[in-house]
Amino acid sequence: MSDDFISSDRGLPAAHRELLRSFAGAVVPASAEYGVPGADDEKVAADIAASAAGSADEVAAGLAALDTLSKDAYGAAFMALDGTGRLAAATAFRDAHRELAAPLIALVAQCYYRDERVMAALGMEPRPPYPEGFEVEQGDWSLLDPVRRRARLYR
Amino acid sequence: MAAEPVDVLIVGAGASGAAVAWSLAETRMRIVCLEQGGWMNPAEYPSSGRDWEARAHGDFSISPNRRGRVTDYPVNDDDSPISVANFNAVGGSTILYAGHFPRFHPSDFRVRTLDGVADDWPIDFETLAPYYAENDRMMGVSGLAGDPANPPHQPPLPPLPLGKSGQALAKGFNRLGWHWWPSDTAIATAPYDGRDRCVNLGACSTGCAQGAKGSTDITYWPHAMRAGVEVRARCRVREITVDDRDMATGVIYHDADGVEHEQRAHVVVIACNGVGTPRLLLNSRSSRFPDGLANRSGLVGKNLMFHPYAAIYGVFEEPMDGYRGPGLCIWSQEFYETGAERDFVRGYTFECGRGRGAVATALSGMMSDRIPFGIDHHRAYRAMFNRMAGMVGICEDLPEEHNTVTLDPERTDSDGIPAPKVTYRLSENSRRMLDHAVDRGTEVLRAAGAVDIVTQSPIPQGGWHLMGTARMGTDPETSVVNEWGRSHDVRNLFVVDGSLFVTCAGVNPTRTIQALALYVADSMKQRLANLFD
Repeated sequence: MSDDFISSDRGLPAAHRELLRSFAGAVVPASAEYGVPGADDEKVAADIAASAAGSADEVAAGLAALDTLSKDAYGAAFMALDGTGRLAAATAFRDAHRELAAPLIALVAQCYYRDERVMAALGMEPRPPYPEGFEVEQGDWSLLDPVRRRARLYR
Repeated sequence: MAAEPVDVLIVGAGASGAAVAWSLAETRMRIVCLEQGGWMNPAEYPSSGRDWEARAHGDFSISPNRRGRVTDYPVNDDDSPISVANFNAVGGSTILYAGHFPRFHPSDFRVRTLDGVADDWPIDFETLAPYYAENDRMMGVSGLAGDPANPPHQPPLPPLPLGKSGQALAKGFNRLGWHWWPSDTAIATAPYDGRDRCVNLGACSTGCAQGAKGSTDITYWPHAMRAGVEVRARCRVREITVDDRDMATGVIYHDADGVEHEQRAHVVVIACNGVGTPRLLLNSRSSRFPDGLANRSGLVGKNLMFHPYAAIYGVFEEPMDGYRGPGLCIWSQEFYETGAERDFVRGYTFECGRGRGAVATALSGMMSDRIPFGIDHHRAYRAMFNRMAGMVGICEDLPEEHNTVTLDPERTDSDGIPAPKVTYRLSENSRRMLDHAVDRGTEVLRAAGAVDIVTQSPIPQGGWHLMGTARMGTDPETSVVNEWGRSHDVRNLFVVDGSLFVTCAGVNPTRTIQALALYVADSMKQRLANLFD
């Protein structure tokens, strides 16, 4: 592992932030069709970097494995690959190192899907659950009628 | 210097500690409860922020090892396919539990007689029935009377709504002619005892900011404290002390600053559940009890039972409830009682869930390869978001002595107290039951219209229920406590939590743990004049 991947309790090193941002962009790119930013969007990436600081060792281990796989399988560091290469390397990384990939994927999912632009595009109100809560319909209680007619089931 | 002795000292302020404290309070005895966790502030629960799903994997994780709060103790569960889930606070694991609130069946107390496995309990369903009812009133249970799979009872509050998910799944069960019923839950569907009604936050398992979910910090404890019980939070008990007559004399504990104290007591009640209770007893070694307190049977820490869980979720073409509403909605006990045609004994309950949050959908989809990386992510994600519903199969585990809680030789908590070590093997009976649950759950989901099925069996993080490690019984050779919770070896020492369980049924245990705690408390009150005879 190179010195670039030594974690810091002052937050992620710049090299980690950039690599994590590139990985996030490969996992969830921007989509004009759905009107959403990518996970490498500046605001989302800043959220990911800030959130990653609490698990810097896990993140460092995952990023190191990603970069090693990229060099071994694709002939270049992850950051040096083009978009197609990054997608292939990120996918291969997830398939080959699921335990190391899981914390990185979790960071991307947690930060991307709480971004207000992404939530709005999904039809969600960009707010926390509390205090307003949500509506859930009562539903059709007559569905219980055949169950009510059943004999006792317990011993 | 030791504090003045109290009449009753309770260790643990969770589901059972709260119930026993409230029940004993009417005696006007001096009662103190020591709890290693603190009081929770509902305003700080994750559902108050958009990062609530992330915090479920951080400071509100169900895993004490992941959470790593100073109020937690580590659990070495490396030698178990199922890891321990718990929470340490006033309210205990009810802070994070989902609030599923089924009762045992009468057959669950007679498994040896009916099915020839494990052991019968020393008490029966009828003995617990009035305590179930009392506990329902205190916890504010919602549900619907008339379930043909359970003895008649009337929950005090109406059931949770079916919602889109409950209706879809109910249609699947109906098409197969299988049982289902709205779940009994400890979630208030109407204002109740100072609690507000559920507003469908959907974040029950990270604490209920609304206060609708019945965690004992807001159900039993306010009543118990008004009746005079003292709760000392952030006090971690290291050991229970005994005299040369084999009577407990009190405890030694550490306060929030790590300072050691002694609290003497005439009666000690342990309410730390299936891992914490054996840990405390095994840490309370003395010349009188070299193998751990109250352990002359050698059974403290043995017969650990989890409920092995299988998760079976479907993807539907039409919208489900998704992130809206409590995860709970309906359950099925079609396969609860032993079936002669099956290749396993005992059974399980299907507990249906409404769906998943936005983050959980992405995570499960990406880790199961159903949501790819790259530009196709968005299309695949939208095919799953708000379109998942399903169930877990919660399987009855059987007691086996090789499944244990012991003391870890190296790991300790922040006060230097040895941590518990869990050793557990999934039995062949459980494996067959899990497989059956996955197959039958898949049938239901297909019948309900699911176009894709995602399964996980067992759920590796699913050690929510910790039972059997200080079992009750009439024979001191084969049990740790007697039929009303008193130690066979130490006549002023009681256990009231899930470690009492002789068998664990195929349902969530909290309602039965609390009914047992009320029953033990009542047994104590009826015998106050000769409690130690």
